[in-house]
Amino acid sequence: MASTLMISNPVTNSDRSRKKKKKKTQAKDHHDQDHIKWKSEAQQQIYSSKLLQALSQVRLSSPPPSLPPPSSSTSSASVSAPPRGRAVREAADRVLAVAAKGRTRWSRAILTNRLKLKFQKKHKRQRVVATVTGTNRSSLSRKPKVSVLRLKGKGLPAVQKKVRFLGRLVPGCRKQPLPVILEETTDYIAALEMQIRAMTALADRLSGAGSSSAPPS
Amino acid sequence: MSSRRSRTRQSGCSRPISDDQINDLVSKLQQLLPEIRDRRSDQVSAANVLQETCNYIRSLHKEADDLSERLSELLASSDTAQAAIIRSLLMQQ
Repeated sequence: MASTLMISNPVTNSDRSRKKKKKKTQAKDHHDQDHIKWKSEAQQQIYSSKLLQALSQVRLSSPPPSLPPPSSSTSSASVSAPPRGRAVREAADRVLAVAAKGRTRWSRAILTNRLKLKFQKKHKRQRVVATVTGTNRSSLSRKPKVSVLRLKGKGLPAVQKKVRFLGRLVPGCRKQPLPVILEETTDYIAALEMQIRAMTALADRLSGAGSSSAPPS
Repeated sequence: MSSRRSRTRQSGCSRPISDDQINDLVSKLQQLLPEIRDRRSDQVSAANVLQETCNYIRSLHKEADDLSERLSELLASSDTAQAAIIRSLLMQQ
Protein backbone atom coordinates (compact mmCIF):
# COMPACT_ATOMS: atom_id res chain seq x y z
CA MET A 1 0.00 0.00 0.00
CA ALA A 2 2.88 2.27 0.70
CA SER A 3 4.26 1.61 -2.74
CA THR A 4 1.01 2.51 -4.43
CA LEU A 5 0.94 5.68 -2.45
CA MET A 6 4.40 6.47 -3.59
CA ILE A 7 3.64 5.82 -7.23
CA SER A 8 0.35 7.59 -7.41
CA ASN A 9 1.22 10.55 -5.26
CA PRO A 10 4.81 11.56 -5.54
CA VAL A 11 3.87 14.84 -3.97
CA THR A 12 2.97 13.26 -0.67
CA ASN A 13 6.25 11.39 -0.63
CA SER A 14 8.21 14.56 -1.10
CA ASP A 15 5.94 16.18 1.42
CA ARG A 16 6.74 13.48 3.89
CA SER A 17 10.45 13.87 3.37
CA ARG A 18 10.06 17.59 3.57
CA LYS A 19 8.18 17.22 6.80
CA LYS A 20 10.95 15.07 8.17
CA LYS A 21 13.51 17.63 7.18
CA LYS A 22 11.36 20.36 8.56
CA LYS A 23 11.14 18.60 11.88
CA LYS A 24 14.89 18.32 12.17
CA THR A 25 15.66 21.88 11.21
CA GLN A 26 12.82 23.04 13.37
CA ALA A 27 14.51 21.55 16.38
CA LYS A 28 17.68 23.42 15.51
CA ASP A 29 16.07 26.74 14.66
CA HIS A 30 13.86 26.40 17.70
CA HIS A 31 16.42 27.95 19.99
CA ASP A 32 17.42 30.73 17.62
CA GLN A 33 13.86 31.57 16.77
CA ASP A 34 12.94 31.87 20.41
CA HIS A 35 15.68 34.36 21.14
CA ILE A 36 14.89 36.41 18.08
CA LYS A 37 11.22 36.22 18.91
CA TRP A 38 11.61 37.98 22.23
CA LYS A 39 13.62 40.78 20.70
CA SER A 40 11.29 41.60 17.83
CA GLU A 41 9.19 44.73 17.92
CA ALA A 42 6.11 42.84 16.78
CA GLN A 43 6.27 40.55 19.78
CA GLN A 44 6.59 43.48 22.10
CA GLN A 45 3.62 45.20 20.50
CA ILE A 46 1.50 42.09 20.85
CA TYR A 47 2.56 41.72 24.45
CA SER A 48 1.86 45.37 25.24
CA SER A 49 -1.64 45.30 23.88
CA LYS A 50 -2.47 42.06 25.65
CA LEU A 51 -0.98 43.38 28.85
CA LEU A 52 -3.06 46.51 28.57
CA GLN A 53 -6.23 44.50 28.21
CA ALA A 54 -5.33 42.32 31.16
CA LEU A 55 -4.45 45.31 33.28
CA SER A 56 -7.72 47.06 32.55
CA GLN A 57 -9.45 43.93 33.75
CA VAL A 58 -7.39 43.93 36.90
CA ARG A 59 -8.36 47.50 37.54
CA LEU A 60 -12.06 46.90 37.10
CA SER A 61 -12.20 44.06 39.60
CA SER A 62 -11.57 46.27 42.57
CA PRO A 63 -10.64 43.79 45.32
CA PRO A 64 -7.68 42.03 43.73
CA PRO A 65 -6.78 38.50 44.90
CA SER A 66 -4.24 39.60 47.48
CA LEU A 67 -2.26 37.74 50.08
CA PRO A 68 -3.09 38.70 53.66
CA PRO A 69 -0.74 41.47 54.75
CA PRO A 70 1.66 40.06 57.31
CA SER A 71 1.84 42.89 59.77
CA SER A 72 -0.13 45.94 58.87
CA SER A 73 -0.54 48.28 61.77
CA THR A 74 -2.52 50.77 59.73
CA SER A 75 -6.05 49.88 58.80
CA SER A 76 -6.55 48.68 55.24
CA ALA A 77 -7.16 51.73 53.11
CA SER A 78 -9.28 51.65 49.97
CA VAL A 79 -6.25 51.55 47.67
CA SER A 80 -3.66 49.19 49.18
CA ALA A 81 -0.46 49.49 47.20
CA PRO A 82 1.38 46.14 47.72
CA PRO A 83 -1.47 43.82 46.66
CA ARG A 84 -2.15 46.02 43.64
CA GLY A 85 1.44 45.92 42.50
CA ARG A 86 1.46 42.20 43.08
CA ALA A 87 -1.69 41.76 41.01
CA VAL A 88 -0.16 43.78 38.19
CA ARG A 89 3.00 41.70 38.30
CA GLU A 90 1.02 38.47 38.26
CA ALA A 91 -1.07 39.66 35.32
CA ALA A 92 2.10 40.65 33.47
CA ASP A 93 3.64 37.24 34.13
CA ARG A 94 0.49 35.52 32.98
CA VAL A 95 0.39 37.47 29.73
CA LEU A 96 4.08 36.73 29.23
CA ALA A 97 3.45 33.03 29.69
CA VAL A 98 0.64 33.19 27.16
CA ALA A 99 2.92 34.97 24.72
CA ALA A 100 5.36 32.10 25.02
CA LYS A 101 2.67 29.89 23.51
CA GLY A 102 3.33 27.06 25.88
CA ARG A 103 6.56 25.95 24.31
CA THR A 104 8.67 26.40 27.39
CA ARG A 105 8.38 24.85 30.81
CA TRP A 106 8.43 28.10 32.72
CA SER A 107 5.46 29.46 30.80
CA ARG A 108 3.42 26.34 31.47
CA ALA A 109 4.44 26.42 35.11
CA ILE A 110 3.30 30.03 35.49
CA LEU A 111 -0.09 29.28 34.00
CA THR A 112 -0.67 26.16 36.06
CA ASN A 113 0.55 27.87 39.21
CA ARG A 114 -2.05 30.59 38.83
CA LEU A 115 -4.77 27.99 38.63
CA LYS A 116 -3.39 26.17 41.62
CA LEU A 117 -3.22 29.32 43.66
CA LYS A 118 -6.79 30.18 42.80
CA PHE A 119 -8.11 26.84 43.94
CA GLN A 120 -5.85 26.40 46.89
CA LYS A 121 -6.35 29.89 48.19
CA LYS A 122 -9.32 29.06 50.38
CA HIS A 123 -8.02 25.90 51.99
CA LYS A 124 -4.27 26.04 52.08
CA ARG A 125 -3.55 29.72 52.14
CA GLN A 126 -0.75 29.50 54.65
CA ARG A 127 1.05 26.79 52.75
CA VAL A 128 0.86 28.74 49.51
CA VAL A 129 2.27 31.82 51.19
CA ALA A 130 5.09 29.74 52.57
CA THR A 131 6.05 28.32 49.19
CA VAL A 132 5.83 31.66 47.45
CA THR A 133 7.80 33.65 49.96
CA GLY A 134 10.01 31.02 51.44
CA THR A 135 12.28 30.09 48.56
CA ASN A 136 15.33 31.41 50.35
CA ARG A 137 14.62 29.37 53.43
CA SER A 138 14.14 26.18 51.44
CA SER A 139 17.46 26.66 49.64
CA LEU A 140 19.28 26.84 52.95
CA SER A 141 17.59 23.77 54.34
CA ARG A 142 18.37 21.73 51.24
CA LYS A 143 22.11 22.36 51.32
CA PRO A 144 23.43 18.90 52.30
CA LYS A 145 21.53 17.08 49.56
CA VAL A 146 23.86 18.32 46.81
CA SER A 147 26.83 16.30 48.02
CA VAL A 148 24.88 13.06 47.69
CA LEU A 149 24.27 13.55 43.97
CA ARG A 150 26.56 12.08 41.36
CA LEU A 151 29.70 14.12 41.01
CA LYS A 152 31.04 12.42 37.94
CA GLY A 153 29.00 13.23 34.89
CA LYS A 154 27.83 16.76 35.48
CA GLY A 155 30.94 18.63 36.41
CA LEU A 156 31.87 20.36 39.61
CA PRO A 157 29.47 20.33 42.54
CA ALA A 158 29.79 24.12 42.68
CA VAL A 159 28.34 24.36 39.21
CA GLN A 160 25.70 21.84 40.18
CA LYS A 161 24.73 23.83 43.24
CA LYS A 162 24.48 27.05 41.28
CA VAL A 163 22.34 25.44 38.62
CA ARG A 164 19.98 24.10 41.28
CA PHE A 165 19.72 27.58 42.70
CA LEU A 166 19.00 28.91 39.25
CA GLY A 167 16.36 26.26 38.84
CA ARG A 168 14.51 27.71 41.79
CA LEU A 169 14.50 31.17 40.31
CA VAL A 170 13.03 30.09 37.01
CA PRO A 171 9.46 28.90 37.55
CA GLY A 172 8.83 25.25 36.91
CA CYS A 173 12.41 24.09 36.79
CA ARG A 174 13.08 22.83 40.28
CA LYS A 175 13.40 19.16 39.51
CA GLN A 176 14.71 19.36 35.97
CA PRO A 177 18.11 18.06 34.92
CA LEU A 178 20.94 20.47 34.28
CA PRO A 179 20.73 21.13 30.51
CA VAL A 180 16.98 21.68 30.73
CA ILE A 181 17.45 24.34 33.39
CA LEU A 182 20.07 26.11 31.31
CA GLU A 183 17.88 26.08 28.24
CA GLU A 184 14.87 27.35 30.12
CA THR A 185 16.98 30.07 31.67
CA THR A 186 18.11 31.47 28.35
CA ASP A 187 14.55 31.75 27.11
CA TYR A 188 13.30 33.07 30.43
CA ILE A 189 15.88 35.86 30.51
CA ALA A 190 15.00 36.97 26.99
CA ALA A 191 11.31 36.95 27.85
CA LEU A 192 11.84 38.90 31.07
CA GLU A 193 13.83 41.53 29.21
CA MET A 194 11.00 41.96 26.76
CA GLN A 195 8.50 42.15 29.58
CA ILE A 196 10.46 44.92 31.24
CA ARG A 197 10.87 46.83 27.99
CA ALA A 198 7.14 46.62 27.33
CA MET A 199 6.16 47.60 30.86
CA THR A 200 8.58 50.52 30.85
CA ALA A 201 7.21 51.78 27.57
CA LEU A 202 3.68 51.37 28.88
CA ALA A 203 4.41 53.21 32.10
CA ASP A 204 6.06 56.03 30.19
CA ARG A 205 3.09 56.28 27.86
CA LEU A 206 0.61 56.31 30.70
CA SER A 207 2.48 58.84 32.77
CA GLY A 208 3.21 60.97 29.72
CA ALA A 209 -0.36 60.86 28.42
CA GLY A 210 -1.72 61.74 31.82
CA SER A 211 0.21 64.98 32.03
CA SER A 212 0.15 66.26 28.45
CA SER A 213 -2.69 66.13 25.97
CA ALA A 214 -2.29 64.13 22.74
CA PRO A 215 1.39 64.54 21.91
CA PRO A 216 2.08 64.73 18.18
CA SER A 217 3.40 61.44 16.83
CA MET B 1 19.39 6.83 46.43
CA SER B 2 17.29 4.33 44.50
CA SER B 3 14.57 6.87 43.82
CA ARG B 4 17.11 9.19 42.29
CA ARG B 5 18.45 6.44 40.06
CA SER B 6 15.01 5.42 38.86
CA ARG B 7 14.22 9.00 38.05
CA THR B 8 17.27 9.42 35.88
CA ARG B 9 16.48 6.20 34.13
CA GLN B 10 13.06 7.49 33.18
CA SER B 11 14.35 10.75 31.72
CA GLY B 12 15.91 9.08 28.75
CA CYS B 13 16.48 11.78 26.12
CA SER B 14 20.25 12.16 26.39
CA ARG B 15 21.40 10.45 29.50
CA PRO B 16 25.16 10.86 29.26
CA ILE B 17 25.09 14.63 29.28
CA SER B 18 28.42 15.69 27.85
CA ASP B 19 30.48 18.46 29.27
CA ASP B 20 30.63 20.01 25.84
CA GLN B 21 26.89 20.33 25.79
CA ILE B 22 26.94 21.99 29.16
CA ASN B 23 29.70 24.34 28.10
CA ASP B 24 27.78 25.19 24.99
CA LEU B 25 24.68 26.08 26.97
CA VAL B 26 26.68 28.07 29.50
CA SER B 27 28.38 30.06 26.76
CA LYS B 28 25.00 30.79 25.20
CA LEU B 29 23.85 32.03 28.57
CA GLN B 30 26.98 34.10 28.82
CA GLN B 31 26.10 35.94 25.64
CA LEU B 32 22.81 37.06 27.13
CA LEU B 33 24.24 38.56 30.27
CA PRO B 34 25.05 42.23 29.75
CA GLU B 35 27.72 42.34 32.46
CA ILE B 36 29.89 39.60 31.14
CA ARG B 37 29.48 40.86 27.59
CA ASP B 38 30.84 44.23 28.58
CA ARG B 39 33.65 42.83 30.65
CA ARG B 40 35.08 40.89 27.72
CA SER B 41 37.29 38.60 29.74
CA ASP B 42 37.62 35.16 28.26
CA GLN B 43 38.34 33.53 31.56
CA VAL B 44 34.87 33.44 33.02
CA SER B 45 34.22 30.17 34.73
CA ALA B 46 30.93 28.37 34.52
CA ALA B 47 30.21 29.03 38.17
CA ASN B 48 30.78 32.73 37.61
CA VAL B 49 28.40 32.80 34.68
CA LEU B 50 25.77 31.01 36.69
CA GLN B 51 26.19 33.34 39.61
CA GLU B 52 25.83 36.34 37.31
CA THR B 53 22.75 34.74 35.82
CA CYS B 54 21.14 34.33 39.23
CA ASN B 55 21.89 37.93 40.09
CA TYR B 56 20.61 39.13 36.75
CA ILE B 57 17.34 37.24 37.03
CA ARG B 58 16.83 38.56 40.52
CA SER B 59 17.46 42.10 39.38
CA LEU B 60 15.03 41.61 36.49
CA HIS B 61 12.42 40.36 38.93
CA LYS B 62 12.95 43.34 41.14
CA GLU B 63 12.71 45.71 38.21
CA ALA B 64 9.48 44.03 37.14
CA ASP B 65 8.09 44.46 40.65
CA ASP B 66 9.01 48.13 40.68
CA LEU B 67 7.40 48.65 37.31
CA SER B 68 4.29 46.85 38.52
CA GLU B 69 4.09 49.19 41.48
CA ARG B 70 4.44 52.16 39.19
CA LEU B 71 1.81 50.86 36.81
CA SER B 72 -0.60 50.11 39.63
CA GLU B 73 -0.23 53.63 40.94
CA LEU B 74 -0.76 55.04 37.47
CA LEU B 75 -3.87 52.97 37.01
CA ALA B 76 -5.23 53.84 40.44
CA SER B 77 -7.26 56.82 39.35
CA SER B 78 -9.89 55.60 36.96
CA ASP B 79 -10.61 58.60 34.75
CA THR B 80 -7.13 59.47 33.70
CA ALA B 81 -6.36 55.78 33.42
CA GLN B 82 -9.20 55.07 31.04
CA ALA B 83 -8.37 58.02 28.85
CA ALA B 84 -4.71 57.14 28.93
CA ILE B 85 -5.38 53.54 28.03
CA ILE B 86 -7.54 54.48 25.10
CA ARG B 87 -5.03 57.03 23.94
CA SER B 88 -2.10 54.67 24.19
CA LEU B 89 -4.00 51.99 22.30
CA LEU B 90 -4.72 54.44 19.52
CA MET B 91 -1.13 55.61 19.45
CA GLN B 92 0.10 52.05 19.20
CA GLN B 93 -1.88 51.31 16.09
